[in-house]
Amino acid sequence: MAENQRILVCAGTGCASSGALPIIDVLNDEIKRQGLEKTVSVVGTGCQGFCEKGPTLVIEPQQILYTRVTEEDVAEIIEKELIKGERVERLLLVDQATQKPVSSMEDIRFFAKQHRIVLHNCGVIDPKKIEEYTARDGYKGIVKALKGMSPEEVMEEVKKSGLRGRGGAGFPTGLKWGFCRQTPSDKKYIICNADEGDPGAFMDRSVLEGDPHSVIEGMLIGAYAIGADEGYVYCRAEYPLAIKHLGIAIKQAEEAGYLGNNILGSGFDFHLKIFEGAGAFVCGEETALMASIEGKRGMPRVRPPFPAVSGLWGKPTNINNVETWSNIPHILRNGAEWYGQFGTEKSKGTKIFALTGKVNNTGLVEVPMGTTLREIIFDIGDGIQGGKKFKAVQIGGPSGGCLPEDMLDLAVDYDTLTQAGAMVGSGGLVIMDETTCMVDIARYFLNFSKKESCGKCTPCREGTTRMYEILDRITKGEGKEEDLDTLENLAITIKETSLCGLGQFAPSPILATLKYFRHEYEAHIHDHKCPAHNCTALLSYSIDVEKCKMCSLCAKNCPTNCISGDKKTNTPYVIDEEKCIKCGTCIEKCKFGAVTRA
Amino acid sequence: MSTACEELVDPKQIKLDEIIDKHKHSNGPLIPILQGAQEVYGYLPAHVIKHISKATRIPVARIYGVVTFYAQFRLTPVGRNLINICLGTACHVRGGAKVVEAIEKELKITDGATTEDGRFTLEVVACIGACGLAPVISINNEVHGRLSPDKIAGILAKYE
Repeated sequence: MAENQRILVCAGTGCASSGALPIIDVLNDEIKRQGLEKTVSVVGTGCQGFCEKGPTLVIEPQQILYTRVTEEDVAEIIEKELIKGERVERLLLVDQATQKPVSSMEDIRFFAKQHRIVLHNCGVIDPKKIEEYTARDGYKGIVKALKGMSPEEVMEEVKKSGLRGRGGAGFPTGLKWGFCRQTPSDKKYIICNADEGDPGAFMDRSVLEGDPHSVIEGMLIGAYAIGADEGYVYCRAEYPLAIKHLGIAIKQAEEAGYLGNNILGSGFDFHLKIFEGAGAFVCGEETALMASIEGKRGMPRVRPPFPAVSGLWGKPTNINNVETWSNIPHILRNGAEWYGQFGTEKSKGTKIFALTGKVNNTGLVEVPMGTTLREIIFDIGDGIQGGKKFKAVQIGGPSGGCLPEDMLDLAVDYDTLTQAGAMVGSGGLVIMDETTCMVDIARYFLNFSKKESCGKCTPCREGTTRMYEILDRITKGEGKEEDLDTLENLAITIKETSLCGLGQFAPSPILATLKYFRHEYEAHIHDHKCPAHNCTALLSYSIDVEKCKMCSLCAKNCPTNCISGDKKTNTPYVIDEEKCIKCGTCIEKCKFGAVTRA
Repeated sequence: MSTACEELVDPKQIKLDEIIDKHKHSNGPLIPILQGAQEVYGYLPAHVIKHISKATRIPVARIYGVVTFYAQFRLTPVGRNLINICLGTACHVRGGAKVVEAIEKELKITDGATTEDGRFTLEVVACIGACGLAPVISINNEVHGRLSPDKIAGILAKYE
């Protein structure tokens, strides 16, 4: 038995909702019962990334991963793993390709292809303990900056690293800092944008939950370089655990002298507060976010003046998102050159992606920029669920686009994706299979943008509504010949004339699906068919007399009683199309595959 | 007399005043005050908005503008249990709409409404960030993942 083992239990929001928290208690009880408390410790960590298989736990130092663990499994894990040094086979991950169980994390493809810089501590340390952060070189970046570097040197280092903003547009971070630093003012602010509103993205939440001190340290370094003495973290109220962990971390950092006045005796002051957002997607936009902190409706304003000149309460302000800030300590600790070895020529470093949708391994993955979509989806993600066929990947949330199968070998970086009609955005990757209708997806995103439009500028307010109405009609089989031209015209106008990013990028899902999946639109409009069999209004159900065994299960379960037939009189079962609401219950209930959908 | 005394020591009112005093002098106090007030009352009744207006000297119209802008604030009471159904992209792709249907059918209410007995309020939201477990709902901030319509009745039964 190895000395000093650690059991790392993922206690992020995903695994917690799969039942991770009681497991920690049961583990502690069992360890005490077995008298192992001197050599074994249990740590509730942040997100380990493998949400699909949660609750997950890792035994250190052997790096053994157990998946879908329940309270009942605890005694067996301790008995076998900690006392006898054996594996609990049934809780190991099964590799889909070889169909064999794999135990060690380095053999698991989900982890093996990743390169974790920002997620370096996530899932490894207890985020509620500052000493665990400092034990893994935490706060060494700010110490290095304060003890031996001028603010200019810090900024040069960040510029040299080539780091670009991870929140969406990919603007060079060092350059952005420079604008704010150059503006003369008695007061400057820095802000961490944690208003992660993109549906399908949860990396910022996971970093705040799993490694909050890295964000604080990044902001400290930024504040020092820019000359700011006050900062805010603007976090969504929908992320209670992130707010809680960040609150604990700020308090600990204050007590340890990393936040407050005269930090580490350097004369540099910095105070950090959390601002809880109140639920508005548009507040992810810089000027709207600042209006929200000021207590106003979160509506964007015209730029210039840019926040670097006139931001929060009219003072120069610099805003970066969680992932960007979290990169900074690593750049300072290890140097710009070290950072520059990862990624592509124009997109340096790594990017975290939230891998979701119809993929086998959902979760959070960090890969070097330039990794191909195919590697992310098929190697790390282990391919499509249920052996279905890949159709598209939606990348970059409501502002991004859907890319088809022949684009899978694209290297993921800012410029390549923008050229292809998508964007890195915040890094949500939603995988879609053959049963996903691309017109419905465009409609879904426009419904989102329409609801979240703040209403200030007409192109976005009216335009998103009109585009949604057209898409809604098409999915109902009421599309007109001229709809596609109208959509394209509207999309281009809205893109060019909207005030902020929300409006400017709202048409992207339409433009991308029109570019790559135009045939699906045409099938809806011309043939009144949905190729993915998704749009209810365009489906028709029928019963194959040959296959039907007249068991009457479909008729009994039909909510509108639209199926009739009789075994006794040998009357075949038929569906009354007039009454049918196309709910699909008959298909689900039929054991003989006699009901067909077209 | 006794009723007047009770009114004077309304514990909710005392809490509200504490919240107002805590934030009143900081920059941009309105949203934190409204969030605190909603935590105390469960929603933002008209008299509370008027009281905040008087105490902070922010016009009622501006407060109302802020309240109606953000999804978090509500002007009507909420049921004992708040269900947030996620319809983010990942949940949409993995059949979130069927979960919505099942819940609406089970509780006989639609998005934004509260059941007659005040047991549940239903809200469809864009993303609660548990996409790895899609489709998901959260009830009173407790997340339930990997859902299918047939699991709904069992989950709802746990909440009184």
